[in-house]
Amino acid sequence: MKSLPWFLRDLIYLAIFVAVLLAAAYGLDALRFPGIAYYNRIIVLIGINITLAVSLNIINGHAGQFSLGHAGFMAVGAYFSAFLTFFYFTNIVEKYPAAQHPLFVVALLAGGALAALAGYIVGLPSLRLRGDYLAIVTLGFGEIIRVLILNIEKIGGARGFSGIPQWSNFFWVYFFAGVTVAVSWRLVRSSVGRAFLAVREDQIAAEAMGVDTTKYKVKAFVIGSFWAGVAGGLFAHYQMYLNPTAFTFLRSFELVVMVVLGGLGSISGSIIAAIVLTILPEVLRMAKEVLHTDKDPRMVIYSIMLIVLMLTRPQGLFGRRELWQVLARRKDTIPTDKRDEGDADDKLDRDAAPPVQ
Amino acid sequence: MQELLQNLLNGIAVGAIYALIALGYTMVYGILKLINFAHGDVFMLGAFVGYYSGNWAAAHVDQQHPATYLVAGGIMLLAMVLCGAFGYLNERIAYRPLRNSPRIASLITAIGVSFFLEYGGQLVFGPDPKFFPTLTPKHIVHLGGIVTTNYQIIVLVVAVAFMALLQYIIYGTKFGRAMRAVSYNFEIASLMGIPVDRVISTTFVIGSSLAAVAGILFGLSYPKIDPLMGIMPGLKAFIAAVLGGIGNVPGAMVGGLMIGIIEAFVGGSRFSNFRDAIAFVILIAILLFRPSGLFGKYEAEKV
Repeated sequence: MKSLPWFLRDLIYLAIFVAVLLAAAYGLDALRFPGIAYYNRIIVLIGINITLAVSLNIINGHAGQFSLGHAGFMAVGAYFSAFLTFFYFTNIVEKYPAAQHPLFVVALLAGGALAALAGYIVGLPSLRLRGDYLAIVTLGFGEIIRVLILNIEKIGGARGFSGIPQWSNFFWVYFFAGVTVAVSWRLVRSSVGRAFLAVREDQIAAEAMGVDTTKYKVKAFVIGSFWAGVAGGLFAHYQMYLNPTAFTFLRSFELVVMVVLGGLGSISGSIIAAIVLTILPEVLRMAKEVLHTDKDPRMVIYSIMLIVLMLTRPQGLFGRRELWQVLARRKDTIPTDKRDEGDADDKLDRDAAPPVQ
Repeated sequence: MQELLQNLLNGIAVGAIYALIALGYTMVYGILKLINFAHGDVFMLGAFVGYYSGNWAAAHVDQQHPATYLVAGGIMLLAMVLCGAFGYLNERIAYRPLRNSPRIASLITAIGVSFFLEYGGQLVFGPDPKFFPTLTPKHIVHLGGIVTTNYQIIVLVVAVAFMALLQYIIYGTKFGRAMRAVSYNFEIASLMGIPVDRVISTTFVIGSSLAAVAGILFGLSYPKIDPLMGIMPGLKAFIAAVLGGIGNVPGAMVGGLMIGIIEAFVGGSRFSNFRDAIAFVILIAILLFRPSGLFGKYEAEKV
């Protein structure tokens, strides 16, 4: 493998990935037991949340900016791709059914592109703002996007947008989740990613070293919101119905919680937190039966668990490390270089949120 | 002209409520640099204390009797005490242990506490909207052509009174001086013998009880309350605090009034659909052109 040119190697990886996904999709399809539709739904939602959490992790974890507007980018992608398929692509697919998958990918990428444009516009204020102020501005942008959508009659406005074809499925959701993870993984190890980390650690020092901090901050926003837009498109074509109330800042909070809980900057942490936090509210449905109440206490338990988790592990589950690094350290197979792992980690986490200017 | 004055009055009445909430945000942010996302939900809690005790009072006190004003005052005091106690516990349990952790951690617990209050409220109070009782007799007042209720006047008077009280506490008492010192630099303040922990707790108590007052005033002016009612006013109050210069107490009052008035005018114009977005547009504009807010001091970045 090592001797192959990079594009061939990547092509082989991609082929293996697609083959595994197709096999898994085929296997899932073959399963037949009561309630399978419910489990399928949760699995698909997990995939979408992984895409969202990993893309938000690029902005919040790697580049160290604090975005609370991810639901807004997701909404842009969701509505734009649904708009394209509903008004243009369904007619084409009626004539040429084979065009469905390519057109779906086109719609997703177009939704992502528009979300990226929105990310570019939102990224611009990050020229001047940091920390909490940036968080509140991105939250504001997210809400403005939502109110704008609410007032566009063509895409349903407050009534919601219904009649979107169900083109998303297990394969596409996990395909894009995989691509997002791969992009994020390689990004951090590229020169761009190193610039992100430099901006995160110390913006002034990064600038002194010749890193164009503004450029990289905006870049992080554009890349992160692109994948949020794609995830939005996947979500739209899975639900077949969109309503602006699904994209309030509470949705953004949920995503931020995933990223912070997994550990800011830890890709595997984001993935695991996305899985856990999607399943958790479903598992907590059982609490209703255990406690013998008519009322549903699951969200209250969820919020208490969130507080307790944050109190006991403020740096998130994995801190900045990846899952295997955490496991490896447990077993002491990696010689512990205190400067790189333990101490530095704690110190850096402490100023994860840069002070307001 | 009349419409203008009418909008202005409505705006001031809402704005005074935003201002009361904004004070809590700005005090906490000034000291801890923490956006206390749960603050808007404390406001909701205050409204619900008012709802339950108000209903109890309505069943036991004759509304036409003058003593009803005293009872209303008692209800407000009760809400202040309960919300103040909640604010104290909130700081003690959810924020104090994280004071030396990354700030994002306390932001997430703030979001957690906010979820806890919202979903807990839905569980305990029920998710359906409730109708806030009239605590005192309500009648219409004509003020030189504009139509208003005595409630709007009560809201204004009470809000202004509490703001004046807070202003006195912060600039006229020893505790206020300690508070300002802590918000300036809490490490040095503690070296000067100021009990930082106690000052921070008290700040939370004051902020939360002001939110309780705002909750009751809100219930009086817009008698439909539900457990999620705190989200939007909370955010707008935070924007008001940023607009006035965060950490700046008079700024929060002016910011709250401005947001209220601008919203009332947008709500009365043909852009009324965009009413909820206007506060965020103001926020973005102010942060782009004057990030320290209207009254904030510009602080140079230290390397």
